[in-house]
Amino acid sequence: MKKQLFALLFALVPFVALAAPLPEQPHSMTPDINDKESLQRGMQLYVNYCMSCHSLEHQRFSRTAEDLGIPQDLMEENLIFSSELAYNDQMHIGMQPGDSENWFGVAPPDLTLFNRIKGSDYIYSYLLGFYRDPSQPLGVNNNVLEASAMPNVLEPLQGVQEMVCAESDRPMDGAELDPLTGKYQSCEVLQVTRPGSMEPEEFEEAMYDLTNFLVYVGEPSRLQAQAMAPKVLIFIFIFGVIAYLLKREYWRDVH
Amino acid sequence: MANPNKAKAEKGLMRWVDDRFPATQMVQDHLTKYYAPKNFNFFYIFGVLALLILVNQILTGVWLTMSYNPSGEGAFASIEYIMRDVEYGWLLRYMHSTGASAFFVVIYLHMFRALLYGSYKAPRELVWIFGMTIYLLLMAEAFMGYLLPWGQMSYWGAQVIISLFATIPFIGPDLAQWIRGDFLISGITLNRFFALHVVALPIVILALVVLHIIALHEVGSNNPDGINIKDKKDESGKPLDGIPFHPYYTVKDLVGIAIFLFVFAVVIFYFPEGGGYFLERPNFEPANPMVTPDHIAPVWYFTPFYAILRAITFDIGPLQAEFLGVVFMGGAIAVLFVLPWLDRSPVRSMRYKGWMSRVMLLLFAISFVILGVLGAIPATGLRTAVAQLCTVIYFAFFLLMPFYTKLEKTKPVPERVTG
Repeated sequence: MKKQLFALLFALVPFVALAAPLPEQPHSMTPDINDKESLQRGMQLYVNYCMSCHSLEHQRFSRTAEDLGIPQDLMEENLIFSSELAYNDQMHIGMQPGDSENWFGVAPPDLTLFNRIKGSDYIYSYLLGFYRDPSQPLGVNNNVLEASAMPNVLEPLQGVQEMVCAESDRPMDGAELDPLTGKYQSCEVLQVTRPGSMEPEEFEEAMYDLTNFLVYVGEPSRLQAQAMAPKVLIFIFIFGVIAYLLKREYWRDVH
Repeated sequence: MANPNKAKAEKGLMRWVDDRFPATQMVQDHLTKYYAPKNFNFFYIFGVLALLILVNQILTGVWLTMSYNPSGEGAFASIEYIMRDVEYGWLLRYMHSTGASAFFVVIYLHMFRALLYGSYKAPRELVWIFGMTIYLLLMAEAFMGYLLPWGQMSYWGAQVIISLFATIPFIGPDLAQWIRGDFLISGITLNRFFALHVVALPIVILALVVLHIIALHEVGSNNPDGINIKDKKDESGKPLDGIPFHPYYTVKDLVGIAIFLFVFAVVIFYFPEGGGYFLERPNFEPANPMVTPDHIAPVWYFTPFYAILRAITFDIGPLQAEFLGVVFMGGAIAVLFVLPWLDRSPVRSMRYKGWMSRVMLLLFAISFVILGVLGAIPATGLRTAVAQLCTVIYFAFFLLMPFYTKLEKTKPVPERVTG
């Protein structure tokens, strides 16, 4: 019996364990969609800084409000800006794809499922990866997505970030160890050179919340799945035990 | 017994039915008086599990159809509508998508069982052929179903598979266009795949499952010893090593079903994407004919055959490598159909076959898994060489079978089943 159970589990292991790896990113984060406060702050940031250009066209305000514990009146007053959008609507934007393509060269993508395509590390690193670069049309570049067409709308919060040369006692990304000084040196270090309205740690936390929100939006049903799973598994387990006892009873007379 | 007349009344009703329809007869023939060998092991659960998953796919599929929109404009959004706005839609969808992968897991193990214990050998050739036909149609069913979410991998996966037909000399390009119904994959293709996926193929698959089971129950189930339990019967004509399918195997299968459902539920609730193998990441992006994904890989259950396709990198005479790849890939599946006539061994079960059969089966199984892995990752020079070696082993297992099964020395087969 035990052998059979293991064999069956073993047969299914490769498909769960051999996860298709995503490319490694400069920063990593572990989402927590049960942290409602983080999700609420994330949504606030999203609506204020992202939603002029990036729609969430499969996600409804109402569903988000319910899952995040935001009262309807607060949502309607503070988070639904467009007069054309109602509480039960999906989170559409007013910008026309043709217009934005003219302005930026590419239409800003809808972000409902972005986390399921790229993963949370990508989003988090991208948000932290903007830096000043005069060679770019908008004067800004990104170390996750080279020549990104997106303007750095977060600069007022983060401050001016630049790519500088720096050295450190600890290993850094892409840094080489200088045998003379015994320090790591790199000229691809991102550093805030003029402060914004947030401290660097504060900004990282804000970007964590924003990423966390996009993780939630990618699969809101994860909350329901988490709630339902233990009940279903316990039911199946009890069913299995009863089935096993029944089997043992019936098979007593088979020799 | 509160009402002593009740049993009598039911009997009366059953008699009324039996006079008009062989209900009791059918229950006896297929359950209560269908004698199955008493020595089934763990490998014998997968037939029942396949049936369970078939029911799962049909039921969840019916409910998904209620909210799905089979059009190029609406398909992708309707899946997200199911995932978010339909009550328990996410559960139905994950049960269906995970069910597709689970189906192939159990079918591959079910087929491996047949290879292990010689379940395809006479008199079960038709059982095997019906089963292989189900497998073939299941691949078509899964392929067409995968187009329906209308994501990037749906689109480009279908593009790759359909263009395989275009490699056939002379008629290829026209054939591919006939399948698509358009110059490229479009809403027209999506609509016809939808029709085939939800109506045509399920009907044929269900019919074949019935044939598969009728043929099996006609000749009786094989067992791990590969001996015929009908050879030894008691005075009343019951096989000495047989036990009625119901209740013995119905209760035993319930245990297997519970274990399966537990694992199945864990995947549905916690890993519905199957690590990017059940639901591939690029498929969360709507189909875009203008942008090709970096790496197109078919869903995992097709990858062994995809690896064989890619392993053929050379022309032979006037035949182009692309076309030969398709021929080998088709041949890899076609050769399974004639398996009953390739095995010349006097015994059925691997327990009593010689060492050559054992080594070949082991090599075959390893090659199949390696091909499956190689088909999922981008090809490199070395990987292609490994895929070529595995392809040779794959075909050698079948094409050399008439020789090694005849040459090798088999062990004596017991009179009665051995536990």
